[in-house]
Amino acid sequence: MLNNKDLLGIKELSVKEISLIIETAAGFKDILGRDIKKVPALRGKTTVNLFFEPSTRTRTSFELAAKRLSTDVINFSVPTSSVVKGESLIDTALTVQALGADFIIIRHASSGVPHLLSKHLNASVINAGDGTNEHPTQALLDAFTIQEKKGKIEGLTIAIVGDIMHSRVAKSDIYCLKALGADVRLIGPPTLIPENLKTIGVSIFHNMEDGLKGVDVLIMLRIQMERQGKGFFPSTEEYAKNWGLTPERLSCAKEDVIVMHPGPMNRGIEIASEIADGPKSVILEQVTNGIAVRMSVMYLLSGVKR
Amino acid sequence: MSKELMNKQDLDRALTRMAHEIIEKNKGISRLCLIGIQRGGVYLAHRLAARIQFIEKREIPVGSLDIAFYRDDLNIRKQQPVVRRTEVSFEVNDLKIVLVDDVLFTGRSIRSAMDALMDIGRPASIQLAVLVDRGHRELPIKADYVGKNIPTALSELVEVQMEEEGFEDRVIIRKSEPPEGRDAE
Repeated sequence: MLNNKDLLGIKELSVKEISLIIETAAGFKDILGRDIKKVPALRGKTTVNLFFEPSTRTRTSFELAAKRLSTDVINFSVPTSSVVKGESLIDTALTVQALGADFIIIRHASSGVPHLLSKHLNASVINAGDGTNEHPTQALLDAFTIQEKKGKIEGLTIAIVGDIMHSRVAKSDIYCLKALGADVRLIGPPTLIPENLKTIGVSIFHNMEDGLKGVDVLIMLRIQMERQGKGFFPSTEEYAKNWGLTPERLSCAKEDVIVMHPGPMNRGIEIASEIADGPKSVILEQVTNGIAVRMSVMYLLSGVKR
Repeated sequence: MSKELMNKQDLDRALTRMAHEIIEKNKGISRLCLIGIQRGGVYLAHRLAARIQFIEKREIPVGSLDIAFYRDDLNIRKQQPVVRRTEVSFEVNDLKIVLVDDVLFTGRSIRSAMDALMDIGRPASIQLAVLVDRGHRELPIKADYVGKNIPTALSELVEVQMEEEGFEDRVIIRKSEPPEGRDAE
């Protein structure tokens, strides 16, 4: 069982809790393959998507997960809300709760916002990405996908490539995959990988060919275009030349390597189209698994006693 | 404090009789399948299938059904039920389904199971086979095949123990609360 009413980050979960979420997701994935993709488990509950940052895929995935569990869903979009009239964050959240929300899914540009709100709310707060801190459901769906494809996570060599420093996906992935016993490598330019990450037991490579040797799973990160011109890397062309995933580079990894990407992809920059669409890619599976994992999280949180 | 109500031999004989009854009532096993409710019902469904195959010399499809998402007590339970796999690898449309469970009690699990089945397809009919009927129904549900009728008090607990879970085959009745992780029905 889960110990807290909220899902704030992977850091806050025990290995047992992570495993429970992944195992339960398998039961929900069965449902997604049926004609009737809906179960009555959370009938009568209400979910509010509170997104202070643009997002299409995460919000849609949460919305579908909530609907397939039979909860009612409200999308609270910030540009049209009272936030633009100056309402405080906590007031907005309390208002949403007063409307009857049982689950509040939150994305915010500042790290720690879900943690702050969780202290003021009885509803379950689920972190859908906070600043550069964490994006826990992405890491859980990545772990679920790896488990499904490889049959295990413990002992696998998993490389995460790209802008580690600004990526909440990378942080959640590192915590999650390390906790489950994987050997985690980070690959990218020195400007985008904080050296102190070595202290938590990951290895760092600044050369793609070296880093990819013997890798079972490859997680490519989106290069954030908004970082361009801020001195982290000279240009997207140069980034693509040094860190882009090409078929030649991919051949350095193990024969049965799988390639993942949280989306949205910059084709031809961090990943070549023939890989994204090729047999080693599990990118679209990740999208399907995202719904199953989010259903699992909501179902398990609903059982936590207050 | 527990008392044994059925031993391995009783259980074997009951299942053999139920297998014969299922074949007799359905005039053979054409368009028939067995679906067990997780977890005890799944083991029983496989045991019944083995007997039916032995008698009829033909395979009968077997599936497993998890009813966690269809329960009516998700809001009031102490903890969420563990989610197990629903594995029905065949089309249930127009099949006659024999739903198999270990203990029939309030009937609420069976109600959940019927809802779950209807979401998978549209079976021609649903019949119910249970190893033990302990009474105390809260819904208008009745079993078609019963291993043993056992009158009980509400405070008692009937537990079917099976080899598949590392026990010796037997049915026991107890007065106390169930051990953690096991449902009363």
